[in-house]
Amino acid sequence: MTPAIRTRELTKDFPVGFWRPRPYRALDRLSIEVAPGDVFGFLGPNGAGKTTTLKLLMQLVFPTSGDAEILGRPVGDVGIRRRIGYLPENPYFYDHLTAEELLGYYARLFRMAPVERRQRVTAVLDRLGIGAERRLQLRKFSKGMLQRVGLAQALLNEPEVIVLDEPMSGLDPLGRRDVRALILELRDQGRTVFFSSHILSDAEALCSQVAILAKGRLAAAGRLSDLQEFAVHGWELVVSGVPPHVLDRVRSRVRSVTAITGDRYAIDLPADARPEQWLAELAAAGATLVALNPIRETLEDLFVRRVSEMGDGGRPATATRVPRRGPGPGSAA
Amino acid sequence: MNAARSVAIAVFKESVRDRIFYNLVLFAVLLVGASILMGQLTAGQDVKIIKDLGLTATSVFGLFISIFVGINLVSKEVERRSVYPLFAKPIRRSEFIIGKYAGLLLTLMVNVVVMTVALYTVLFFLSRGVSPNVQRAWDAPPIDPALLKAIGLIYVDLALVTAVAVLFSTYSSPMLSAVFTFGLYVVGQCNEDLRRLDQIVGGPAAGIVGKACYYLLPDFARFDIKLAVVHGIPVSAGYMLWTTAYAAAYVAALLLGACVIFSRRDFK
Repeated sequence: MTPAIRTRELTKDFPVGFWRPRPYRALDRLSIEVAPGDVFGFLGPNGAGKTTTLKLLMQLVFPTSGDAEILGRPVGDVGIRRRIGYLPENPYFYDHLTAEELLGYYARLFRMAPVERRQRVTAVLDRLGIGAERRLQLRKFSKGMLQRVGLAQALLNEPEVIVLDEPMSGLDPLGRRDVRALILELRDQGRTVFFSSHILSDAEALCSQVAILAKGRLAAAGRLSDLQEFAVHGWELVVSGVPPHVLDRVRSRVRSVTAITGDRYAIDLPADARPEQWLAELAAAGATLVALNPIRETLEDLFVRRVSEMGDGGRPATATRVPRRGPGPGSAA
Repeated sequence: MNAARSVAIAVFKESVRDRIFYNLVLFAVLLVGASILMGQLTAGQDVKIIKDLGLTATSVFGLFISIFVGINLVSKEVERRSVYPLFAKPIRRSEFIIGKYAGLLLTLMVNVVVMTVALYTVLFFLSRGVSPNVQRAWDAPPIDPALLKAIGLIYVDLALVTAVAVLFSTYSSPMLSAVFTFGLYVVGQCNEDLRRLDQIVGGPAAGIVGKACYYLLPDFARFDIKLAVVHGIPVSAGYMLWTTAYAAAYVAALLLGACVIFSRRDFK
């Protein structure tokens, strides 16, 4: 099956400096594949190269080397853009146009007939919850509303592949919930959603596959279930009503005991502990079970681990300096 | 070209909403005010002066729109990143450039047409009370169709200035683009002097540089036939056609250059 998105050794250097520009590598030999119908999370700290990758896919910047395909066609093919939708990070549109006019303008680029154009514009604005505001000029829109307009324009042509750069950016909790529902709806319609984010809870809730980028390089990629270590790392036992002398005795045999509220405590048991024995012992001392949770690796744990392995320490990455091509003064090692 | 047409319509709409046509009010006030003043100060020369003033104002107002809107046409969209969602749609960058240019030409055309109507209206009212005998003594009739030749070449001139502004705006900041465009326009007005630079400055090097600039830079002075038209000197159809073709060749080369530069540009 043809992947929805494929990049091969995709690399991008940007010249930095005015008089003696030096190349800085923003993306380093990125090879990923996104299967059709997947919700793919493209994760990484700020400056990791996520937006650069998305810009390369949209041909807003051109690769230094390597190539990329969408739906089996090179990204430079203008015709392929009829089948894709794109939301840039913090989108900006024409101040003087209304939301309706903006979408009408974009719809003309898709050569939609007037009737179809009106229907599609109305449908996407309705879907994104843009009501009477659609007749206001965009300069009067809040950041969250502009984000909704950005999503509306990305869905205008009923695209097979939707590329979203930080789609939750600027949205309030209700807006974020709506976007999450929208992404799942698109997935259920069989569309491919490729989105970049550094909000890991969103990725964890939505994605079937993820790629983690750090310092312009791929740190991990694959199905979440394959990447995360699903073995139990320990147990969190939440109990109430434990007598103080029992608690003192327990403290020396567990990893930690944390007071939550009142007489409620969270007891962190090691992985090899048998929770049923602990429960029996504490119940015999008069304690009541509140919760028992296995501790597994979260996406956040995975993210921090993989980014740290790249020597980034989880801090925002800066682009890697790369050598100049060919000999000459100013070559950087 | 469907995409270019959509872009052109959007540019025109933006011009209307950005109140670019407010300059027409200023033009009308200037023309009417000057005609009243001339009527009181001059005897029989007022029609000639109003023609001259009307044509000059059409040219100057158009020049300001060409430069200051032209330099922002592309660079503003890149700076504000409104090109990001646009170029994810089925539109080539060259179509975007052509559309932007065509949109501003449309704006300029509406502007020039309204100014022309205003000029003829003022001339009509000025000449109404003048006897035919006096009018016969004038260099040219008051409602002179030859004015359209001057206005036509003003429009061609503006089309060329706009193409220069668009070229610079594809890779330079608005401020630098304005300086470059205005500079080129001023140098282009003295194109004939560049050809004779060796006689003016002296030395063969100056001659070579002057000649190179003469052949490379557009000769903006050739579009200015205001003086001839106002004084009733005939301007041949051949001159009109040749000058228009000369501008068209430059416009084509400038837009081609703009398309090539813009098509290779990274939007960081």
